Amino acid sequence: MELKRTPLYDSHVALGAKMVEFSGWEMPVQYKGILDEHRAVRNAAGLFDIDHMGQVRVTGSDALKFLNHLLTANFSAMEINTAKYAVMCYADGTCVDDTFVYRLQNEWMVVVNAGNRDKDNSWMNAQADGFDVTLKDVSEEFYMLAFQGPKAEEVLQKLESFDLKDLKYHAAREFSIHGERGILARTGYTGEDGFELFIPNAHGKHVWDAILDAGKDDGVLPIGLGARDSLRFEAKFALYGHEIDANTTPIEAALGWACDLNKDFIGRDVLLKQKLEGTSKKLVGFEMLERGIARGGYEIASNGNVVGVVTSGMPAPTLEKNIGLGYVPPELAKVGTEFDVIIRGKPTKARVVKTPFYANRARGR
Amino acid sequence: MSSGKEITYPNDLKYAATHEWVKLDGDTAIVGITDYAQDALGDIVFVELPTVGMELKAGESFGVVESVKAASDVYMPIGGAISSTNDALTNSPETVNTDAFGAGWLIKVFPYNAADLEKLMDAATYKSKIESGEIH
Repeated sequence: MELKRTPLYDSHVALGAKMVEFSGWEMPVQYKGILDEHRAVRNAAGLFDIDHMGQVRVTGSDALKFLNHLLTANFSAMEINTAKYAVMCYADGTCVDDTFVYRLQNEWMVVVNAGNRDKDNSWMNAQADGFDVTLKDVSEEFYMLAFQGPKAEEVLQKLESFDLKDLKYHAAREFSIHGERGILARTGYTGEDGFELFIPNAHGKHVWDAILDAGKDDGVLPIGLGARDSLRFEAKFALYGHEIDANTTPIEAALGWACDLNKDFIGRDVLLKQKLEGTSKKLVGFEMLERGIARGGYEIASNGNVVGVVTSGMPAPTLEKNIGLGYVPPELAKVGTEFDVIIRGKPTKARVVKTPFYANRARGR
Repeated sequence: MSSGKEITYPNDLKYAATHEWVKLDGDTAIVGITDYAQDALGDIVFVELPTVGMELKAGESFGVVESVKAASDVYMPIGGAISSTNDALTNSPETVNTDAFGAGWLIKVFPYNAADLEKLMDAATYKSKIESGEIH
């Protein structure tokens, strides 16, 4: 299969990036190194090419009704120019994908994961029967990038006349660039304050270069997928294929806060039942007590019996601890509970800790 | 990290296709991972090495080198007994990044099976196979 490239491919190569295959795309996994990039986002700011993410435009008189049916969150009271996290479930409550939904002036936009884009489009279209809605995959129209970190606002303000202080957490704003429409939002996937931008494709490289240039004296670095993963992991943001997938529900994944069980939506009955009666597994955060790094896929055992599985694990660069996320039975989910992670055949002690592992002022979705 | 820097291939070493190097020091063989390998792995954060005295054949895994992203097995380029391990890497695994062919060595093997040396590559062969994409 031919790998897709973003408009910034040549820039990444020129910046010394290592390019890897990710969800059908050829993407930068790192430039300077994951640890340096991770710290740059925590301490200054970093720029991410996330053009592999998909965007689906939803219009029509039933758009609100359709999204309330399709997704776990309630969009009824949502103000224009804001964004909200939501999960898309199958009828059995397991996850099709997790999404960010933007309510804009004349339309809605659903941002989906690169690897799920085709599946999501098919699923959304199949659910649209009987609704007056038009769905259009507009991923090719926008270049998407993220600019995240404590200095992101200050650096971006050098390029933007609009006062960014007026753009609140999870607010969005449409703007014009050379007569074309772009969208700027105070959203992100790092646990830091920051922005995500949807730029008309032809201007993607120009905006990327301008932000890197504006931040060159502030410690701003380009950031690859490696640090994108370690940053989201410390902030305990779910990653599809790891914490959530077609075998897990948002209730099991501790995403109940993103589900309004008082409205009707696909999968709601199962989620409500789980909420009331409990689940057989729960997502927890843990830290290693013995030497060893937990990795996604490793087994979790208690008293010699396999009881769960690690979904993500790595050394947390900000905490300087080996930590992980994983599914365990509810009786092992309490903070302070100890269990073993099986690392290359060897039971290695770990303990449930409070999550997120890392929280800054921009915590949450 | 040597990202952006030229990858080096010292001439006095032998190389395995799995990216380990061997340096002979009298009757002892010193083993580590190559500059190419440390660069490909990125920031190394954890090294797990075998117990001294363990005997392993060429091609068997003797430990694990972990970067932020992933755990990678390392393999015996030659068979023999583990006579020493680089315990300094427990507290400073990043030495494998900064000095892969020197202070970042992993194990010493004594005695080693000299016949296994013939299956290893010289620097020029290893380099050309990497540059042609035959091994990666």
